[in-house]
Amino acid sequence: MTLVRRLIRGLQALARPERADADLTDEISHYLDLTAEAHVARGLSAEAARRAARAELGNPLALREEVRASGWEHAWETMVLDIRFALRRLRTAPAFTATAVATVAIGIGASTAVFSALNPVLIEPLPFPHASRLVTLEDRNTRGAPMAATLGTYEELNARTRSFEALAAADVWRPGLSESGDPERLEGQRVTASYFEVFGAQPIAGRGFSAPDDRPGAPNLAIVSEGLAERRFGGTRSVVGRQIKLDGDPYTIIGVMPRGFANVLSPATEVWSTLRERATGDFGSREWGHHYELVGRLKPAASVEEASREVLALGRAPTPDFPRPPWANLETGLLVRPLQQTVAASARPALLAVGAAVLVLLGIACVNVVNLLLARGSQRGGEFALRVALGAGRRRLLRQVLTEGLVLAGTGGTLGLIVAQLGVHGLLAASPPGLPRRDAIRLDTPVFLFALVLAVLVGLVAGLVPALGVPRADVLQRSTRRMTVGRKGVRSTLVVAEISLALVLLVSAGLLFRSIHGLITVAPGFDPTNVVTLQVVESGHEFDSDQARLQFLDQVLEAVRGLPGVTSAAFTSQLPLSGEVDGYGFETATRPATAPGAAEDGSALRYAVTPGYFPAMGIPVLRGRALDASDRAGAPPTVVINEGLARELFGNRDPIGQRLRFGPEMGSDRPWREVVGVVGDVRHYSLAVAAPNAFYVASGQWGWVDNAQTLVVRATGPISTLVPSLKRTILSVNPNVPIPRVETMDGFIAATAGDRRFALLVIETFALAALLLAAVGLYGIVSGGVTERTREIGIRTALGATPGNVVGQVVGRALALTLAGAAVGVGGGLVASRLLASMLFGVSGLDPLTYGAVILLLVAVALLAAWEPARRAAGVSPSIALRAE
Amino acid sequence: MNAAMIGPMATPTTDVIQGTLDLLILKTLSLEPMHGFGIARRIEQVSRDVFKVNPGSLLTALQRLERDGMLDAAWRTTANSRRAKYYSLTRAGRKRLDAEAADWRRRSAAVSRLLGAEG
Repeated sequence: MTLVRRLIRGLQALARPERADADLTDEISHYLDLTAEAHVARGLSAEAARRAARAELGNPLALREEVRASGWEHAWETMVLDIRFALRRLRTAPAFTATAVATVAIGIGASTAVFSALNPVLIEPLPFPHASRLVTLEDRNTRGAPMAATLGTYEELNARTRSFEALAAADVWRPGLSESGDPERLEGQRVTASYFEVFGAQPIAGRGFSAPDDRPGAPNLAIVSEGLAERRFGGTRSVVGRQIKLDGDPYTIIGVMPRGFANVLSPATEVWSTLRERATGDFGSREWGHHYELVGRLKPAASVEEASREVLALGRAPTPDFPRPPWANLETGLLVRPLQQTVAASARPALLAVGAAVLVLLGIACVNVVNLLLARGSQRGGEFALRVALGAGRRRLLRQVLTEGLVLAGTGGTLGLIVAQLGVHGLLAASPPGLPRRDAIRLDTPVFLFALVLAVLVGLVAGLVPALGVPRADVLQRSTRRMTVGRKGVRSTLVVAEISLALVLLVSAGLLFRSIHGLITVAPGFDPTNVVTLQVVESGHEFDSDQARLQFLDQVLEAVRGLPGVTSAAFTSQLPLSGEVDGYGFETATRPATAPGAAEDGSALRYAVTPGYFPAMGIPVLRGRALDASDRAGAPPTVVINEGLARELFGNRDPIGQRLRFGPEMGSDRPWREVVGVVGDVRHYSLAVAAPNAFYVASGQWGWVDNAQTLVVRATGPISTLVPSLKRTILSVNPNVPIPRVETMDGFIAATAGDRRFALLVIETFALAALLLAAVGLYGIVSGGVTERTREIGIRTALGATPGNVVGQVVGRALALTLAGAAVGVGGGLVASRLLASMLFGVSGLDPLTYGAVILLLVAVALLAAWEPARRAAGVSPSIALRAE
Repeated sequence: MNAAMIGPMATPTTDVIQGTLDLLILKTLSLEPMHGFGIARRIEQVSRDVFKVNPGSLLTALQRLERDGMLDAAWRTTANSRRAKYYSLTRAGRKRLDAEAADWRRRSAAVSRLLGAEG
């Protein structure tokens, strides 16, 4: 009640200050009159009584202020007053204000935009209940690198581990949807029934999967995303219970997952079904392939380390209940790590590099603003001295200077939000394809709070530093000149700091640029010129038999080869640089898989290709022959291997005619494959990763015919015009096959540098902004120096200094500052290049070319910044020395 | 600003003890509604000029008590037809007076006992 009354009275006073003032004035004058009357009653004359009363009460205005100051609204009024004063002061110096506000806006805007990208990936917990208990489990290859696990491993872990509340496995699934509209290939996952339970996610309509749905032979059930339900089936409500056809099979939709479900393992997924598979003793089946992603929810009491230890111990202690093939023997252990870490792993280096870069930029912005304020502070020294002399309290002055800093930062911060909004758009447009949680990158509440905190911090820095310049009461006895000189030393240091920070960013950008240049000039092992690829998926029952699949491939190739401009065409089961990875272990006749230690022999990537693949990709055949039409189903099995594998297996011996078996063929009674040719190494994972071992078999000579195939077409000229006719040709052979991916090999090459390109683009932008800010800072100090020393320059000119001498002095000072900054910055650049190490390729962190070029650039900018002040200095007339200050 | 205003009169006066001004105002107003000067004068007279009321402190206290709902304020015309702001005690003010008076008696009795024991 009291509080409400206080609030209301305060607001009344705020709303009608003149009324509150008038009330008090009346009351005080009444008080004064009565006091005077009392004195008269004691015998004083009217005049004397009045004076006595005035002496007793003091200045009525001051009294009024005293009473008014006791209300809470007074603090508000003072603040408004301070802000208005600050705004007025800032308006009187538009050039200073514009520069400072723009600097703050750039600093805060860039930081906020970058924070919006970092926050959901690296900082914020994933949007699941108890997200810290979610972990992924990955198998390791012989070199210890993580890879997808097999279903057999999942089953063993599920039965034998105790640390997990629930474990789930997911497999990529790209079913064709041919219903109510164009045939479409959907992004999907086939999962164990526990999948959604692990994430703690609930459907918004219908139900989730239950254990019986995942038994072999269970009916076809599907859960769709809210997006798919609305896009294809007209809403989430009506879709439950509906029958749809996926890959030609009828599926019943039993549930809808909400948009808010962040399916971080496969964000594009729109449809889920159950795996309904069990790993058997037949190691040749697909359940023993490395293509299952494992995710688990730890029990509340279990830590990641404990789970890791348990899984490691389990891997070393196989039991007869769970037989393991050599390629999934868990001997190298399993990798258990937080889901968030797995999700962020690919984007982490780029994001951290960008984050560090923006910190540097923010630092430069702060330094610049402080520098501007100091420059202004030296002009305001006189003003402060005057106000202190007139009785202004030091505390009041401090509050005003601080308010000015905060107003500056507030205005800059508000503009910074616009910069941030643009920045977020730019980041999203430039972001590499693998950037996780893209949909969570936006200006939301935490991001706004971040910007607010940043603005306040910048405001405090911008307010407090000049506040140090607020004089004490004894200032009038001090020489103001000495103060400015001292301050100039600080400002020079700040400019040096700015230049060194700018150098750090420029060097980082330069090293990344050189890395990307190095990457795209790496020989990939194939010739990407005029090569386009189209992935087709043979979906539906018409492709149930291998025969039908092979026939489709043959028909498409025949039709495509007839198109004008096509020089060669072929199909392959996987494509270099596309992200597809399909590898198998191998054995040689002299060292079968059963030999001791043979399990560590490693693996090689398998390409099941049609004849013509090597010329279509431009992969050179080094020895023997390429695969041809004679290597068909039923013929003696053959294989072509890459140079690296040939050297590793056979050394100096002739590989042609040697015998090998791969993956499911190993240890079986299937015939050995004869090596008929050796081809050049091809970079498969990325241009930055050395070419892996590889083997090529004819499509018809593998245990199965892959249903996802990529058509590779080499043309005589530009290929963009060819794509529509290629699509038409494929659909004319079979109108039901989805074509989910069309990409040129040049496109894949560009994409492989995507992360670096992203980091480069952002850091390059920051580096340019930093360069600009540093130039402004340098200009400010050199120009200010010329202004302050106008008289001295005049005297020197009068004494015979040539314009050349004067210019030399001004430019010399700019160069000295720049070189000092560069010297400090080189140290910072070395640290930065170490942080960037994982993103550098083919260039040393000490690359003299980069450092040299950056220093030259800085020197050029310094000369540019010193140009105008130097000219002004040269034009100083000797007569100026005669004029009084 | 809160410095004592020493009056021009020769009699020795004391500033009202910090924290007791509220009590004195409430007590004074419990007799009849009064304006600011009247309150000050009454306090000085009843205390036989031991207490000197600082107008700034008084008006500030009046504003605070009014905002706290202890007092009501209204502009009235005085006997010699001048406008003056009259303060009167509210029910909450009366309650506060009783509580503070009891508290004060307890404290001053304790202080007196202590002084008596020492003497």
